[in-house]
Amino acid sequence: MREASEPGQPNDEGGESDGVDRAPRADSATGSGGTFRSSAHAAGRPILSVRDVSKAFGAVHALQGVSIDLHGGEVHGVVGENGAGKSTLVKIFGGVHPPDSGTLVDADGHPLVLTGPADARDAGIAIIFQEPTLFPDISVAENVFIARQPQRRGRRIDHRSMQRQTRALFERLGVPLDPDRVARGLSIAEQQIVEIGKALSFDAKVVVMDEPTAALSATEVARLFGVVESLRDHGVAVVFISHRLEEVFAICQRVTVLRDGQRVLSAPVGGLTASDLVRAMVGRDIAARVHEHHAPGAPVLRVHDLSRAGIFSDISFDVRAGEIVALAGLVGAGRSEVARAVFGIDDYDSGSAFVGDRQLHKGRPIDAMRAGVAMVPEDRRQQGLVMDMSIADNVSLASLRALARHGLLVGSIERRFAADWAARLHVKYSRITNPATSLSGGNQQKVVLAKWLSREPTVIIVDEPTRGIDIATKSEVHRLLVELSRSGVAVLMISSELPEVLAVADRILVMREGRLVDELAHADASEEAIMAAATGQATVPAAVEVGSA
Amino acid sequence: MSTAEQQPQEAAPTSARRLVDVVLRARTFGIIAVLGVLVLISALIQSRFVGGAEIRFILSQTALYALVAVGEAIVILTRNVDLSVGSVVGLSAYVSANMFGTHPGISIVLVFLVGLGVGLVCGVVTGAITAIGRVPSLVVTLAMLYIIRGVDTIIVGSGVVLASTEPNSFLNIPQATVLGIPDVALAVAVVVAVVAYCLNSFRSGRDLYAIGSDPDAARRAGIPIAKRVFTAFVISGALSGVAGVIWAAQYATIESTAATGLELQVIAAVVVGGVAIFGGSGSVVGAALGALLLQTINSSLNVIGISSIWTEAISGLLLIAAITLDRGIQLRLAAALRKRRVRLGA
Repeated sequence: MREASEPGQPNDEGGESDGVDRAPRADSATGSGGTFRSSAHAAGRPILSVRDVSKAFGAVHALQGVSIDLHGGEVHGVVGENGAGKSTLVKIFGGVHPPDSGTLVDADGHPLVLTGPADARDAGIAIIFQEPTLFPDISVAENVFIARQPQRRGRRIDHRSMQRQTRALFERLGVPLDPDRVARGLSIAEQQIVEIGKALSFDAKVVVMDEPTAALSATEVARLFGVVESLRDHGVAVVFISHRLEEVFAICQRVTVLRDGQRVLSAPVGGLTASDLVRAMVGRDIAARVHEHHAPGAPVLRVHDLSRAGIFSDISFDVRAGEIVALAGLVGAGRSEVARAVFGIDDYDSGSAFVGDRQLHKGRPIDAMRAGVAMVPEDRRQQGLVMDMSIADNVSLASLRALARHGLLVGSIERRFAADWAARLHVKYSRITNPATSLSGGNQQKVVLAKWLSREPTVIIVDEPTRGIDIATKSEVHRLLVELSRSGVAVLMISSELPEVLAVADRILVMREGRLVDELAHADASEEAIMAAATGQATVPAAVEVGSA
Repeated sequence: MSTAEQQPQEAAPTSARRLVDVVLRARTFGIIAVLGVLVLISALIQSRFVGGAEIRFILSQTALYALVAVGEAIVILTRNVDLSVGSVVGLSAYVSANMFGTHPGISIVLVFLVGLGVGLVCGVVTGAITAIGRVPSLVVTLAMLYIIRGVDTIIVGSGVVLASTEPNSFLNIPQATVLGIPDVALAVAVVVAVVAYCLNSFRSGRDLYAIGSDPDAARRAGIPIAKRVFTAFVISGALSGVAGVIWAAQYATIESTAATGLELQVIAAVVVGGVAIFGGSGSVVGAALGALLLQTINSSLNVIGISSIWTEAISGLLLIAAITLDRGIQLRLAAALRKRRVRLGA
């Protein structure tokens, strides 16, 4: 397939060793012009530059003074941990978010103001999302040309021309796709190809791919790489965002590492090793260690060979009484999916889960709850709380059966119960009858915790317990989790924040692409070791392969 | 519909694709197959069923429902619904038929234009509130259902348009035939063909599918959603207005309750005809066929000798069958594709 592309111009300047330009963490003010002069690129001037761009969401600095130059005929990798600012960067390129400060600069040195997706398209920038949103009911050719269909006399759509052009686009990409079939049922890989075809149809100069390979199989990745090479050979600047470092080395000429919204490294890949990248990606401020060593009890939650086709496979682990086990890994590794399967929200194909000696029925959360399992979901607004209901109602929601007197609920008992638990968790509220919307994010999370802790569970699963809440509340939640485990509860925590994992967990399980790939004791764990396992770089000798039988 | 032009392609995993194509084709041809079986069984039981008179009756009955169903289908394609069509037909029927009483000797063409006008006004109001005011169409058209019916009741009062006030040339319209086929059926067939062509051949027509398929993506693609949805409601209103005049010719005696509940029969026809209830897929030809199928069921039950009491229940069952089948096929398809990807994957 790859042979279909025309022989391209030489484009391996990336291999020239011109030294790693490791930017100090706050050099943004100096601008990018000087920073990149040394990179001696054949294409000369970049076709698109990000200059000193910052973007904040509330108190969170998603990007801080980031500068990146994109050259035609070059694939530019962008890597970083979860939350490093990659997605925000994509949205800046796509015109979804305007930067708070800093600019995009086009090939002629003119600043580019993007106020919406249409602007980005007009500027020749195309975004390929991890999971594209095509119109499922209409044909592939129409998806490429929607609202821009070629017309013939009388403004009628020229179906034949549209089909011919689409076919030509796919031939240029070296991928055989039938322009006439409907988009429904296309694999994600094929949908991406359609999006790339769309990008080519309006002559995109810059194609930004946001983790395009996350959901692809090995053969599909190979085909996508063929397409990326063909784009590169046609002089397109490709931004390739990926969690998989081996892919960055396989396809990119240059790589930029983001950490906490800042550019920490930007260099040709030629002079770098995987461990250079891992080292640049980690090293965030370590949260105060609240971990204390203590001997855990007997296994309470036992999971055996849990598999779900295409999502996760052969997952086996135990969580002991009084132990906090963290499931670490990159977004999309299947951590939440495992938790949801254990709790019975999602189905699974094979395997089993036990609490004590009791096997949990699959697909029945009520059964897991009766067995003493509680689950604090990832998205508290959508899944954890009924936002329009009162704080009291939210707290008591999972305990209504216990609270009922002769089958009837009494408001005063409910409120007293809720107030009691809210006090224990230090929830700050003005009235217990106010709606959950009146609380801050951190306090909302405490209400979710209160709701489940009030059931006095023996196993609690917490998914991203501190996402989007302020630092003070974060450490409160951490302390709470440790106290819980101290009281004999088995805690399974999913977290994308490595400092949090290191601060709280007794044992760390690392997942990658639906499998458990590593298990680290608290004493052996470091951010580097976790990231290496999560990205598939076996750079750490201590890495122990588990569960991949 | 996707055409048959599929050149052989190396490497492409075709099994799953074929599956998708087969399913999508099955949806359209399914109605025709069911129709065929129905006609066959009815004919075997009662040969009178395939006689000219019976077929003419079915076709002229279908014409009215099909006309409204075409408009409804356009609206449903955009992920909206128009519940007001029954009321529009009723109002238009009364206002247009009443013209003969108030303006004796008025030309029939003019009466049709009056009906069209009534429909257009209703469609503009509904469309404006829904598209520009961004109010869910379910609520708007439910309100319009009552408002238009209310206006109808106020205008009609306790009055009735009687057949005696209408000229025979008007009342004979449903009986007129060309080569044995009712004129109204031919006229509606032309409307269906024109609308089908427009939906297929103009950007604005394709936009309707895109809007129903994924409204957010449509917005991102720069499609003027409000304008298109507004137009859809105006067309639906206009076609209902014309259908109202046909209703008047068919039933002659018009009260304020004329065509009450028609909207549900029409939506049933549209859905049975393969238009997805959440928009984005289907065709007006399918919607018209759906109307024909429901009408044929009515007639065949009648001919076979099953009490008309059963027809509504059977229409309902058919509706559930159509939706369940559609949903089942889609779930099965998704599961098959997921399994396939796993097999090919790493």
